[in-house]
Amino acid sequence: MSNVWAVCKKEIKSYFTSPIAYVAIAVFLVLAGFFFQSLIWWFNTQSMQMAQNPYYLQQMNINQMVFSPLFHNFSIILLLMIPLLTMRLFSEEMKIKTDELLYTSPISINQIILGKYLASLFVLLVMLLLTGLFTFLTFIYGNPELKPILVGYLGLFLMGAAFMAVGIFFSSVTENQIVAAVLTFGALLLFWVLNWASYSAGGIWKGVLNYVSFFQHFDDMTKGILDTTDLVYYISFIFLGLFLTHSVIQSRRWR
Amino acid sequence: MIEVENLFKKYGDLMAVKDLSFSVERGHIWGLLGPNAAGKTTTMRILTGYLPATDGKARVAGLDVFEKTDEVKKIIGYLPENVPLYPEMTVQSFLHFVAEIKQIPSTKRNEAVEKAIAAGSLSSVRGRLIKNISRGFRQRVGIAQALIHDPQVLILDEPTIGLDPAQIIEIRQLIKSLKGEHTIILSTHILAEVTQTCDGLVIINEGKLMASGSLKELSASLQEKEGVFIRLREGGQDKIEHFQNLPGVDRVTIRDDGFRIEWTRGRDIRDDITRYIVEKNWGLAEMRPLAMDIEELYLRVITGGTEQ
Repeated sequence: MSNVWAVCKKEIKSYFTSPIAYVAIAVFLVLAGFFFQSLIWWFNTQSMQMAQNPYYLQQMNINQMVFSPLFHNFSIILLLMIPLLTMRLFSEEMKIKTDELLYTSPISINQIILGKYLASLFVLLVMLLLTGLFTFLTFIYGNPELKPILVGYLGLFLMGAAFMAVGIFFSSVTENQIVAAVLTFGALLLFWVLNWASYSAGGIWKGVLNYVSFFQHFDDMTKGILDTTDLVYYISFIFLGLFLTHSVIQSRRWR
Repeated sequence: MIEVENLFKKYGDLMAVKDLSFSVERGHIWGLLGPNAAGKTTTMRILTGYLPATDGKARVAGLDVFEKTDEVKKIIGYLPENVPLYPEMTVQSFLHFVAEIKQIPSTKRNEAVEKAIAAGSLSSVRGRLIKNISRGFRQRVGIAQALIHDPQVLILDEPTIGLDPAQIIEIRQLIKSLKGEHTIILSTHILAEVTQTCDGLVIINEGKLMASGSLKELSASLQEKEGVFIRLREGGQDKIEHFQNLPGVDRVTIRDDGFRIEWTRGRDIRDDITRYIVEKNWGLAEMRPLAMDIEELYLRVITGGTEQ
């Protein structure tokens, strides 16, 4: 475990001693803030208009009208941002040849992968925690329900974590960071929109495509629905990503 | 301490190491000498557990490199050809990270880092970012990281490459000072490196063992030989067989536009060779004695002298 921690610490330091983490977090927060602001404004105008009609006013729900779309917006930003956060994890080691130091040290490939992965999760966690300010403000000026928000955040975190597992895999494939980022982005987008094909697909494919796509699982969670199927989906996705990373690194040595 | 037996390594169709065997005693410095692409780096990578071998055995301190990889990694310090440094780290924090992944217990880590900094004379740059320090310092950081866990065996791949003459002398002295406590293998394509720092050497070319032994053994066996280089006016490589069949000749190789003829010391056959050439009317253009030393031996290997 101390080996994992050593690698993780080194990666976190390298995120935060270079501008990477700061720029990524800052851009994420600017965009997230913009989306939050727009949604709140829209919610306010809607509330004013509905004020005359008590029935409609009762239908107004800040969780559904602000947070659910907000989480969807966040997830799009993550989709664009995460490939850039994970691209260097293994590519850079290969490029500057420091992988030779890691693989000749008494530390296993799994420990290296886990250390790097946890470091990238830490950056994700910092990003998401900082947006907690929006939730905090909403609680001061309104009365949203807490539980659906927490489930939404859990969904965002799990999906970000799955994105990162894909990213770390593509980073282990190539020593070129740009290639790693592009491949990651392509794969993520594909998994995102896979459920579109399910509209026209029939039979068993409809279910399969729907299950494999990120979208369906995430959509439930933004609405505050916590389903074990979704948890299992994300966790298996993460495991698959890390396992494939291990296979790539292992097989490279045998070539 | 280090034993390599019938080692083979194949990259696809390319045979990088072919049937390589040698051994190094505890506390000695040995040089792995050979031209570029001879298989030096591959051999070292196999010894350090970075690459698996295709066939053969390698043991370090009695431990099989392929079966006990983790234990072997703990007792080896390795300086790869491309010094593995993180440019964004300071010298000190880099050494601290290496100490961590080399499993030095946290209570002894600071001490180990200090010792490595002292061994590499790095105290003046300890707080600087690695990307900002000179090539010579980077090389020393590389050696310091290899030393940090006080390994029994040090494997240094081209430790002086790309350094200026003053830095080369410094690094050589540093390596010599490590002898005794550590068993060291260093690779180089510069012969002077071996004769000045090493106790013995292994010469390889195209993945094959050409010669190995301690410097004393090798020069003693070379001194048993004598030889001449001859060039004919009507030179033709087809005449090699004539020379090989002369009585007393041990080996004949083609070099440049002439022949190298060797025989065992104590029986001068120069007269016989001259007489033969005159009889055949080939025209003797040049004849000079060969200096039989390690330099000759190495030159013979890298210019592709055919083996007996």
